[in-house]
Amino acid sequence: MIRAIVIGASFGGIEAIREILLHLTPEVRVPVFVVLHIGNNRIDGFVNFLNNHTHFLVSDACDKDEVLPGHVYFAPPNYHLMIEDDQTLTLSVDAKINFSRPSIDVLFESAAWVYGRDLLGILLTGSNADGAHGMTVIKQCGGTTIVEDPRTATSGVMPMAAIERTIPDLILPLREIAPRVCSILGC
Amino acid sequence: MPSEEKNKKNQEDSGGSSADIQSIEMRLLLEAVFLRYGYDFRNYSKSHLRRRIVHHLGMNSLSSVSELQAKIMWDRSAFNRLMTDLSINVTEMFRDPEFYQAFRTQVIPMLSTYAHIKIWHAGCSTGEEVYSLAILLKEAGLLGRAQIYATDFNKYVLEVAREGIYRQQEIELYEQNYLKAGGQGKLSDYYTSRYGSVIFDKSLTKKVVFVDHNLATDGVFAEVNVIVCRNVLIYFDRILQSRVIDLFYHSLPGMGVLCLGTRESLRFSEWESSFAVMDPVNKIFKKDPTLAP
Repeated sequence: MIRAIVIGASFGGIEAIREILLHLTPEVRVPVFVVLHIGNNRIDGFVNFLNNHTHFLVSDACDKDEVLPGHVYFAPPNYHLMIEDDQTLTLSVDAKINFSRPSIDVLFESAAWVYGRDLLGILLTGSNADGAHGMTVIKQCGGTTIVEDPRTATSGVMPMAAIERTIPDLILPLREIAPRVCSILGC
Repeated sequence: MPSEEKNKKNQEDSGGSSADIQSIEMRLLLEAVFLRYGYDFRNYSKSHLRRRIVHHLGMNSLSSVSELQAKIMWDRSAFNRLMTDLSINVTEMFRDPEFYQAFRTQVIPMLSTYAHIKIWHAGCSTGEEVYSLAILLKEAGLLGRAQIYATDFNKYVLEVAREGIYRQQEIELYEQNYLKAGGQGKLSDYYTSRYGSVIFDKSLTKKVVFVDHNLATDGVFAEVNVIVCRNVLIYFDRILQSRVIDLFYHSLPGMGVLCLGTRESLRFSEWESSFAVMDPVNKIFKKDPTLAP
């Protein structure tokens, strides 16, 4: 049973994340953790938009926030986001990974350790290789992985890097991802 | 049945995944580190420690946390390497320039009414933010009457902080941060470049004492007007965060100022309501004993 979803995206990620979160149905009652590479820019505007247009409560994470179902947590700019065994969030200012802070690998790895086979990892458009290692850890821990089809992604570099490192369970064009997530969760 | 297979079978029977087993190994390792060397990481964030330990295993060609534990028990240099990997926190000069801007406009005017100013920079790591603070005080004309205690429990990073030598390649970011923080001159007024490094002016640290202090185990060591402890609490669990805030509460007089990282909070401390919020975004608080705990 899927107990949590992690999503990673870089270049073109705002549009891709919006597409997915807008099309997840209200029955999707698991926490969703997101790393979006956006440099040092603020994400308040995007978070507000998602709060107004999706079924989720969306926020950028604060240290030790409690993980709640039906919430979407964004890694804040310039912090890595990790998940604790006790269902709280931890932030860190450790060195950049793949030139990125927040790093998708850091989030995916920590979520894989906590949720194991109950984790669904989704890697979207992007023009670097962040997330490829994280997807392999999710697979090693028994989780499920979806990679956006590199042929139709805004930038196929990141999905391609993941496909080269691991065999994802599904490779899907963006529009098909949200419906498939709903069906995997039985919603 | 050979023991390896038996173990595997037991593990399957009990449903123990490798991640679960690694959690147990981690707890044992932290206990071993505490009993053997007295450094207490037991209330650090588990996900943070795990990431660093797994990285450490990879860099040192170790196959498991248990193997690392056996090694550090008998080999102090192996322990020192682990310590380094667990304790060095990355920082930058004028990290979060808005915070320094807020400090300039909200805290400095208050400090300028004091004859002597004591500041505790807790968890100063390699010192970039200590120099930032010293520059800010200097530009406000307050450095001469300030005493800064910069503490960390890692002696190696304190040495780096004391030397004040940083990599040239970072300096462009620091220059930008300095300007965004409201710097009144040029950052280059405060350092000289040599051999691909920059060395900061020793006059900045004339009033700084670098001291070995462990927030997890040590007590109050001075009463100070301001405590700066940014992006240190995020590495601790709620229990240790509460302990450290208690320590801070008892190190501040009434109207003493506490500065945390922009994503940190006082919410796990019994003292939360005894602090007035000066700046909710930049997380600047003022101890107000008239507020009930």
